[in-house]
Amino acid sequence: MKLEPILKTENLTIKFGGQTAVDHVNFTMPAKHFKSIIGPNGAGKTTFFNLISGELKPTEGDVFFRGESMAKYSSVERTRKGLGRSFQITNVFPNLTVIENVRLAVQSKENIRYQMFRHFTAYKDLHIQAEKLLEVVLLSNKANAVANQLSHGEKRKLEIAMLLALDTEVLLLDEPTAGMSLEEVPAILDVIKQIKQAGDKTILLIEHKMDMIMDLSDSIMVLFNGRLLADGTPKEIMDNETVQNAYLGGLYDEHLA
Amino acid sequence: MELIINLLINGLATGMLIFLLAAGLTLIFGLMDVLNFAHGGLFAWGAFSGVWFYGLTNSFTVAIIGAILTGIVLGFITEKLIITPVYGNHIQQILITLGFMIVLSEMLKVVFGPNQIAAKTPPLLSGSWEIGDVIIIKYRLFIILVGILVFGIFQFILKRTKIGLIVRAGVMNKEMVQALGINIKQVFLYVFMVGAALAALGGVLMAPYSGVIYAEMGMEFAILAFIVVVIGGMGSFPGSLLAAILVGLAGSFMAYYVPALSLAVNMMLMAIVLIFRPQGLFTAKG
Repeated sequence: MKLEPILKTENLTIKFGGQTAVDHVNFTMPAKHFKSIIGPNGAGKTTFFNLISGELKPTEGDVFFRGESMAKYSSVERTRKGLGRSFQITNVFPNLTVIENVRLAVQSKENIRYQMFRHFTAYKDLHIQAEKLLEVVLLSNKANAVANQLSHGEKRKLEIAMLLALDTEVLLLDEPTAGMSLEEVPAILDVIKQIKQAGDKTILLIEHKMDMIMDLSDSIMVLFNGRLLADGTPKEIMDNETVQNAYLGGLYDEHLA
Repeated sequence: MELIINLLINGLATGMLIFLLAAGLTLIFGLMDVLNFAHGGLFAWGAFSGVWFYGLTNSFTVAIIGAILTGIVLGFITEKLIITPVYGNHIQQILITLGFMIVLSEMLKVVFGPNQIAAKTPPLLSGSWEIGDVIIIKYRLFIILVGILVFGIFQFILKRTKIGLIVRAGVMNKEMVQALGINIKQVFLYVFMVGAALAALGGVLMAPYSGVIYAEMGMEFAILAFIVVVIGGMGSFPGSLLAAILVGLAGSFMAYYVPALSLAVNMMLMAIVLIFRPQGLFTAKG
């Protein structure tokens, strides 16, 4: 990897009481890279995300974004700097229309604080940008629907559109297919594929479904009991014996049973 | 028939005044969960400053502008000094805003004297029209028109502007708006100042309507405004208009037919709404 890492953690650790949820995780990620995080339930994947995005403060260690320590920044400030995350639970404004939801995210990026009363044409630009984003996530046909009438899968798409609207360099996607019906999953995968193919984003993705991430990911890291078990190309991970034992093999079957 | 129309206009006019007070209150509560019991004080200050400006210039336009400016300035001071330190704590908000309400009322007496002050209707708006048997008092019609205008302007702002979208989204989920990187506290300061300006506008319009103004008028109207906010649904702008009209009409009809119940009717209205629709007639929260 010749590229300077855009995202890096050093000894990232968090303890809840006696429980160490994330245990001295070191990882680096070059720009425009697509990395997936896998691991059984309770492995600390979402906690790890919360540490990167700033929802949680680490007990030890630090997160670096383009070489800068993120310790002193809140999650809002990190979003402004370029670390955007989606949530495992969908988070949209229920009584706004789909297009309004996206427009809000678009205008928050446009540094609205100083231009709140800009005139109508500017408003039109925002609308057009929002429409484009809805096309990306294959949701144009629902633009004027009220958000709380969307299916779960559509809400996730909307959420991704809002995340894209923030135009952050890094996208943290927390199980975008969670709670989705089987028919809805391929559409979300298409959306993520499109984002990846556009090639201007660094993507870190948590996912449970192994088959989904195998072809998408440039690399995969495996978390187990809060520790980084392995980090490598999809093929290396598949062939890794420790991973097979810990996750793909014994434990995962147990988990399914 | 003549009586009914007069009671109707009366009720609508009172309703619009309450609406001006409740509109700010409902947005303040909806957006930041802030209970502002000092809101009535801003209403009274609007009335007094308006009458003062009117006496000074003899222009009702100047009176209205003066009252609105007073509201904006007082709103800014209130938000920065009184509200900001008690975000997220309802008990503290109730205590300190009630206290500030008293301070605002007493300050009125210090500045303008302890007695009631007579308020004149501007000549252009005084008098009445006679249409057949029905006598329509011009000033009441004027209040109704201003109320409708204000509602229209704010509906437009809420629906069609950037800040409007932020306010509507903030009412639903302010944490999420913040997560998008929007400084909601800044937005809330603006909303608070606008809410205060609306209250002051209500006050200055109230003055010629009732003929006299007194320091305690703020408290009396604030109670009605809170009832309206509860009936209309906290945070809902259209809800506050509908509920204000309802309360205004109920008050005006009851005062004529069953005077003994004219104060109780609003409470009863609120109780009924709370029993059947605890979230209010409209819901703004998600």
